[in-house]
Amino acid sequence: MADLINRRDLLKLAGVGAAVFVSGTTVIGGGIQKKKEESFYFVQLSDTHWGFNGPNINPDSQGTLKKAVDAVNALDEQPDFIVFTGDLTQTTDDRKLRRDRMAEFRDIASQLKVKTVRFMPGEHDASLDRGEAYQEFFGDLHYTFDHNGVHFITLDNVSDPTAAVGENQLQWLQADLKQLNKDERIVVLTHRPLFDLAPDWDWATRDGAAVIDTLLQHSNVTVLYGHIHQEHHHMTGHIAHHAARSLMWALPEPGSVPKKAQLPWNAAEPYKGLGFRNVEAQIAQARYVIEEFPISRG
Amino acid sequence: MKKIVVHALLVTVTAGLLLELMVIRSTAEDLRSNQQVIRISASTFEFKPSEITVKKGVPVTLEFMSQDRHHGFRLSEFHLQADIKPGVVEKLRFVPDKIGKFAFFCDVFCGDGHEDMSGTLTVVE
Repeated sequence: MADLINRRDLLKLAGVGAAVFVSGTTVIGGGIQKKKEESFYFVQLSDTHWGFNGPNINPDSQGTLKKAVDAVNALDEQPDFIVFTGDLTQTTDDRKLRRDRMAEFRDIASQLKVKTVRFMPGEHDASLDRGEAYQEFFGDLHYTFDHNGVHFITLDNVSDPTAAVGENQLQWLQADLKQLNKDERIVVLTHRPLFDLAPDWDWATRDGAAVIDTLLQHSNVTVLYGHIHQEHHHMTGHIAHHAARSLMWALPEPGSVPKKAQLPWNAAEPYKGLGFRNVEAQIAQARYVIEEFPISRG
Repeated sequence: MKKIVVHALLVTVTAGLLLELMVIRSTAEDLRSNQQVIRISASTFEFKPSEITVKKGVPVTLEFMSQDRHHGFRLSEFHLQADIKPGVVEKLRFVPDKIGKFAFFCDVFCGDGHEDMSGTLTVVE
């Protein structure tokens, strides 16, 4: 772990400390043979809410995402790829403005040095038009890809405004998993939590239990998601779920206040609670080392 | 002869349906008389009324109608959930078995003010 941090010199970059979380310690023999000894890392950014305007919440709403892009570009060792786990833009009823925001967001994301960037929608991007505009700019709402022996599955639990994955997508997931060995390294990327973290705060997926039941049939599954604007770690059986911070505003801990509300900007601690994360996939160990990084003040 | 039989059959079926409808209506009215019926309008981004008071132990029917788009209703304390779609009256029936104030929310993402779409159910003795 220390080697990992020193090698990337990320602490120096961020200017302050980084939290480190290790996920998934199970080691199962067999399964993936290719590149089993290797590791790689990718960056997760989430909940950028491009287009949000609220000086009391984030007076640097036009600059925070750009700072994150600069921070990722400044990494000594560039990640293999970058994922944005939803709420790329702030929702709007205005169809044109929605597309303008997506175009602006895409332009900013295009400034990333790493050109392999994976997107997925949040409810702000896709719930009002069932993902119509999102698909024009970013492609499929759910899909899979493979990288160095890890199978990534992006699940859409937002384009249905009821926060459901839906029967069709569930069948698609089951068909995809059927092709894999039971010990395949699997990372699920999604926006909302798949488990009932705080349903009264919309922190749940209506049919998430069915998704988790399906995933539980595989031994090496980790879920990375966004939506709740804070770091959070939870286990459902052997599946680890890790929520990422936002790049626009922070939210209170689940159930800590009667009503969910954006945390106000603190001038004494600007960007507090905001940040991005690096995820190192240690393939042989089926382990994911997560490092959380705040937004630099620069 | 065949015509007469068909006619008689139609009359019988129609009468039966009417009777059935009357029974259903009557049953509904009887039920209603013993119920607290609350009609709730949902629109961006509010419930009207948003403050509801009901009596403990008396059956409640909540009738929802959306004025614009798909909304939701979630009242976890009583395990109630409804999808509220334009043009459809959605009903939820329950018997409040505890007193207190209970928050309800829209649980279908409906836009920029979705987070503020909430209300309170107060149950009194």
